[in-house]
Amino acid sequence: MPLVMMELREELTAAALPPAETWELRLYVAGQTAKSLAALANLRRYCEQHVPGRYQLEVIDLLQHPQLAEGDQILAIPTVVRKVPEPIRKVIGDLSNEERVLVGLDLRPQLR
Amino acid sequence: MQEALSPPAAALPQLPKAPTGIAGLDEITEGGLPLGRPTLVCGSAGCGKTLMAIEFLVRGAQEYGEPGVLMTFEETADELAANVASLGFDLPRLQAAKQLHFDHVHLNRSEIEEAGEYDLDGLFIRLGYAIDSIGAKRVVLDTIEALFSSFPNETVLRAEIRRLFRWLKDKGVTTIITAERGAGTLTRQGLEEYVSDCVILLDNRVIDQITTRRLRIVKYRGSTHGTNEYPYLISEDGILVLPVTSLKLEHEVSDEIISSGVPSLDEMFARRGWYRGSSLLLTGTAGTAKTTLAASFAAETCRRGERCLFFAFEESPAQLLRNMRVVGIDLQPFIDQGLLRIEASRPTLNGLERHLVTLHKLIADYQPQAVVIDPISNLVSVGSLSEVRSMLTRMIDFLKVNNVTALFTALVSGRNGQLEITEEGVSSLVDTWISVRDLEGVGERNRGLSILKARGMAHSNQVREFLITERGIELLDVVIGPEGIITGAGRLTQRIQEEARRAVRQHEADRRDRELERRRRVLEATIANLRTEFEAVEEELRHAAQPPAAGPDYFTPHPNTRP
Repeated sequence: MPLVMMELREELTAAALPPAETWELRLYVAGQTAKSLAALANLRRYCEQHVPGRYQLEVIDLLQHPQLAEGDQILAIPTVVRKVPEPIRKVIGDLSNEERVLVGLDLRPQLR
Repeated sequence: MQEALSPPAAALPQLPKAPTGIAGLDEITEGGLPLGRPTLVCGSAGCGKTLMAIEFLVRGAQEYGEPGVLMTFEETADELAANVASLGFDLPRLQAAKQLHFDHVHLNRSEIEEAGEYDLDGLFIRLGYAIDSIGAKRVVLDTIEALFSSFPNETVLRAEIRRLFRWLKDKGVTTIITAERGAGTLTRQGLEEYVSDCVILLDNRVIDQITTRRLRIVKYRGSTHGTNEYPYLISEDGILVLPVTSLKLEHEVSDEIISSGVPSLDEMFARRGWYRGSSLLLTGTAGTAKTTLAASFAAETCRRGERCLFFAFEESPAQLLRNMRVVGIDLQPFIDQGLLRIEASRPTLNGLERHLVTLHKLIADYQPQAVVIDPISNLVSVGSLSEVRSMLTRMIDFLKVNNVTALFTALVSGRNGQLEITEEGVSSLVDTWISVRDLEGVGERNRGLSILKARGMAHSNQVREFLITERGIELLDVVIGPEGIITGAGRLTQRIQEEARRAVRQHEADRRDRELERRRRVLEATIANLRTEFEAVEEELRHAAQPPAAGPDYFTPHPNTRP
C-alpha cells in the first residue's frame, strides 16, 4: 500500500472516529485444526497488544454452522473478518505474519 | 432427441451417465455426462459455457428430478436469472422449490490480505452445505478460475482445487466446471490437468464473417463418444447441438406413392409418382422451371389436404405466388387454408446452422408432410462447400426420419451442366434425382427433363421436352427423328414433314387402289367376254348334237329283233 494513502487514512480516521473506537472481529475456523488454533492464538495476542479492551472477538466454527460461510463470503480457512470499523476487511491464513495482520485489519493503538 | 438414450444392452456394465437433457449432446456423449464425476466445459468468451452448465442444472431439476447447486464466481444469482429468463428457465421458481441452490462467491482481491497458511475449507463447507441442503445430485462451478486472481498463492490453490475435484467425486455429484480457454491450452489455468473424466470444448469461430459455434468432446474416459466437431446453437430453447441426427441409417420407409403434381411426369416413373418420405433433387441451369416444378409439387401436396412448407431463398412469397399464378398454379387458396406456408429469406440472413434450426423448429411446429427448399445451391453463399454438405446431410436425415417428403432444387452452372454442390454432395443422399436442362437446337432453346436416378423404382430413360403452359407444366411425347430427339420448332417441322410424307403415301396408296380396281375391272370384263364366248360355243355344240324331231326311231333297233 502506498505510503501516502496510509497517512491520509490515518488522518481521516483520527479526525472522524470517536475516541472509544472498537474493533469487531470474527474468526472463521473449521474444527480444531492446527491452523485454526494458531490463528486464534495469534489474533488474541495482537489484539491484546495493540487494542487492549477495545475489541470483540467472535469465533465461528463452520463445521457447526456451515450456513454462516455464505454470509461473509468465506472461502479460505482460517479467515478473520473485520466487521467494524467499516469497510469490511479480511485476512486469511494462520495470521503468523504479524505485520500483514496489522495492516490488513488496521489494528493500531489509539493515536491520542 | 430430447429423451435420454437408454444404454445399449451389453454384457459389460456401462459407465453410468447423467443425461444432460441438452438436445443433441446426449446423443454425442451416448447418454450424458459421467455420473458422479466432474466434467470440464471450456471455451472462449461468449460461446455459451455458463449457459450449457445452467441448462444442465435446469433440465436435471425439471426432467430428471435431480436437484442442483450453482456456484458462481463471476455473476450474481440475480444477473444469471435475468440472463437465462429469455430461454424460459425460471431460476427463482426452481430455487423456491428447492430444486436449485445458488451460491454466489464474491471475490474481491482488495478485501483479502494473506497472512500465513490457509486452505479452502470454507469453500468446501459452503459447497457441502449447499449440496446437503437440497440433496443435490448436480453441481456447477462457474468459473472456478476466478479464484486464481483472488488467491495469490497458486501452489495452495492448485492443491486445493485438486482436492475439491476429488471431494466432489467422493460426494458422487455430477459436476460441470467451466473454464476460459487459454492460449495453446484448453484452459487458462490448466484445469484440464485435474479433471480427467470428461472434457468438452466449445468453440466460437468466425469464417467469412459468419459465426459458427462448434462443440467437441476432447475426452471422455471410460466411454465411447462422437469425436467430431458438432455445430451447436444457442436457440430460444437453450443449447441445441446438431449431430448428424441419424448416425445410424435406420429410419422407417413408406411404400406409399405420391404424385409429383405433373401427371405426365408421374408416368415417367414405373409406379406413377415417388415414394412418400423420400428426398428429391431437382437440378437445372438457370430458367429451366425448377421453381415451377417445385410449386407444382407443393400445390399437389396441398390438393391432397396435406401441409407443405416452402422455403424460398430467392423470391418473396408474393412474387412466388404471382409467378406461379401466371402458369396456372394458384397457391393462394392453399395458404388461406393453412396448408401451405412459404418461408422466404435470403440465405445470407443466417448462418447455416441457424437455417437448419429454423427448419427443425418450423417442422416441429408446422408438422408438414412435404418440404420444398428452393434452392439449396444458394446456401453455398453462406458456408463452404463441405459445411453446406454436412448441413444438407443433417437436413435430409432429419426430414427422412420424420417421413417428410422433401424436394430440393439446385442451380447448376455452365453449359455442360457442371453440378457443383450436387455432384458428390447431395446426389448420394437423395433418392430421386431429376434433371432439367436446356436443349439448345438451331436458333432456339427448349427445356428437357430427365430422371437421373430413382431409388427403388424403374423409370423412363427418355429426355422429355416440356412446356410451361397456362395450365402448368406439360411434358410432350418424345419425337425421334433421324438425328436424335427432336424438340421445339424441329418438332413442328418434323410433324409437317411427316404429314407431307403421309399425304404422299396416301396418294400412292389411293393410286394403287385405283389401278387395282381398274385391273380388276379389265379382268372382270375379260372374264365376262370369255364366259359369253364359251356360252356361245356350248350352245352351238349342243345344237349340233340334237337329232331332227322324227328321226331317232329309224335308227334305233328293236331290242328283240335279231338279224
